[in-house]
Amino acid sequence: MRPYLLLICPVLLFLGASYLLPFLGIVQLSFTDPDPGFAQYGHVLSDPLSLGVIGRTLRLCLIVTVVSVTSAYVITLLWVRGSPLVRMITELCIMIPFWISILSRAFGWLSMLSNRGLLNTWLQDLGLIDSAIQMTRNEFAVVVGMSHYLIPFAVFPLATAMRNVDERVLTAADGMGASRLRIFWQVYLPMTASGIMGATLLVFVFSIGFYVTPALLGGGQSVLVAELIYLWIFQIPQWGMAAAMSVVLMIAVGGILYLLIRRYEDVTP
Amino acid sequence: MANTTQIEAHSVGKMFGDFHALRDVSLDIKEGEFLSLLGPSGSGKTTFLTMLGGYQNLTSGKLLLEGQDMTNWSAKQRGFGMVFQGYALFPHLSVAENIAFPLKVKKWSKAQMSARVDQMIEMVGLSGHAHKKPKALSGGQQQRVALARALAYEPKVLLLDEPFSALDKNLRGQMQEELRRLHRDLGTTFVFVTHDQEEALALSTHVAIFNQGALQQIGTPSEVYEHPANRFTAEFLGDINIMSLDAEKGGVAGTKIDLPTNASAFDHIALRPEHMRLAGETDVNKLPVTVRDMVYLGSKSRLVLETKAGEELMFYIDNGPGLPPPDLGAGLHVAWDTGDSFAL
Repeated sequence: MRPYLLLICPVLLFLGASYLLPFLGIVQLSFTDPDPGFAQYGHVLSDPLSLGVIGRTLRLCLIVTVVSVTSAYVITLLWVRGSPLVRMITELCIMIPFWISILSRAFGWLSMLSNRGLLNTWLQDLGLIDSAIQMTRNEFAVVVGMSHYLIPFAVFPLATAMRNVDERVLTAADGMGASRLRIFWQVYLPMTASGIMGATLLVFVFSIGFYVTPALLGGGQSVLVAELIYLWIFQIPQWGMAAAMSVVLMIAVGGILYLLIRRYEDVTP
Repeated sequence: MANTTQIEAHSVGKMFGDFHALRDVSLDIKEGEFLSLLGPSGSGKTTFLTMLGGYQNLTSGKLLLEGQDMTNWSAKQRGFGMVFQGYALFPHLSVAENIAFPLKVKKWSKAQMSARVDQMIEMVGLSGHAHKKPKALSGGQQQRVALARALAYEPKVLLLDEPFSALDKNLRGQMQEELRRLHRDLGTTFVFVTHDQEEALALSTHVAIFNQGALQQIGTPSEVYEHPANRFTAEFLGDINIMSLDAEKGGVAGTKIDLPTNASAFDHIALRPEHMRLAGETDVNKLPVTVRDMVYLGSKSRLVLETKAGEELMFYIDNGPGLPPPDLGAGLHVAWDTGDSFAL
């Protein structure tokens, strides 16, 4: 055994004790509670309720990922390539959300979007709408809230990729007569593909486990997997089902990660 | 065609803030010429090249292309080919796609494009690599792709910014050969930036020497090497021995020497090491010197000689059969023909 391996032992032990053991407990629970065997998995994967929740979660997380990564791409472009003033303002807009808790941000959106919230009040005062538009307690609000939380995280892998772009390649393309549009779509975007991939990975994996934001902004209308697991643990105690759902979720995320990472290696320049 | 002036630069200047990157550069480039812009880093040679290509604006002066004022034309309007330092290949595109990019922009037909791409790949000797990405290629191969891409649409002028600086010595020599061949075969005007004087002399039909933003001299390689216009050019190109003239301007280091005709107006004479020899019986200019150091270089040895005035001279002797090499501290006489020396 190499001596430096000893040095990482404490970390491995800590991770083992704090992550691996509880996780093995969950796996055990999923196979034993209440019935030994695959019954819990059978239920999770056949029950229309839980299947519906899994489907909705994947769909919403996909939408959130697309919205977040696309917005983050534009923001990062401003941050990396804007004028010094634009850069400073963008940087503030990226950093400030990190200092605000996820709970406050969800409430913030609630007061913005609810029927008697800022947006509806203004629109009504301006006479643009007659009665309030339902903007909370639905998927729209969940997507807005989750994207808002996740955009800053997507910015960093994108910024790394954009900063690695060799300016001379863009100059070369320009000198060959390529239009700005062509340079963006055929040169800049593919050259930053590794960042897009990284941001997508990060945001998607992150979004699947969201609990607070969908619970507050979805108002029970759009139950996601994390909420269902909570329900099975605290309200109708079915710990075996909750455990089975967690394992399914983990395998699904692991599989998606695997596929994306394989693709990631292809696009890394 | 060889004698029509293609590009004219008139008093071209470039300021970055209050720094003169380039001042008052005027030169003509003839069609089909291979012009090297040579100078130390920061001499303005690359700035001049990027301004020729239209990648940077001039602060003053103007540029003409075939008599037309192109000063304010963009890079795409000028349509010159450019090989960038570091190659600037598209990392996500294959060799063939890289070469096809400018053709696609110029809306060539599919058939024309693929024929041309094949031809270019063949020309730079990359057959069999068409589908590789740049990162799978060696430095020399990437260099070839960059050349093929820049030449694909048959530009009138090809600009090259230190294309060989990242290559090792052997590969460099090989690429220089290929560049000469391309230039011969195509007849395109090449403008080439380098800080390597041997490269400039070996490749080009004309050399323009820059220092501190100013053009020092332009001419054929032998003109600038054998008749340097000033001390900078003399010292920058190859080895040179510079000796102070004695106060009464009759000789060097107390020895009477036959000086070049205009020496009285100057304080130094200069002499290439290869124009010096060990003095024989009949030589007129015989200068006594002491051997201070000797470096063995294989086929020759480099001697450092010291004159009576304490100035060091560089001198090469062949390591063939013949005289044994002199000992350190030994006294020698070196000689040269008056016509090979020049006053500075």
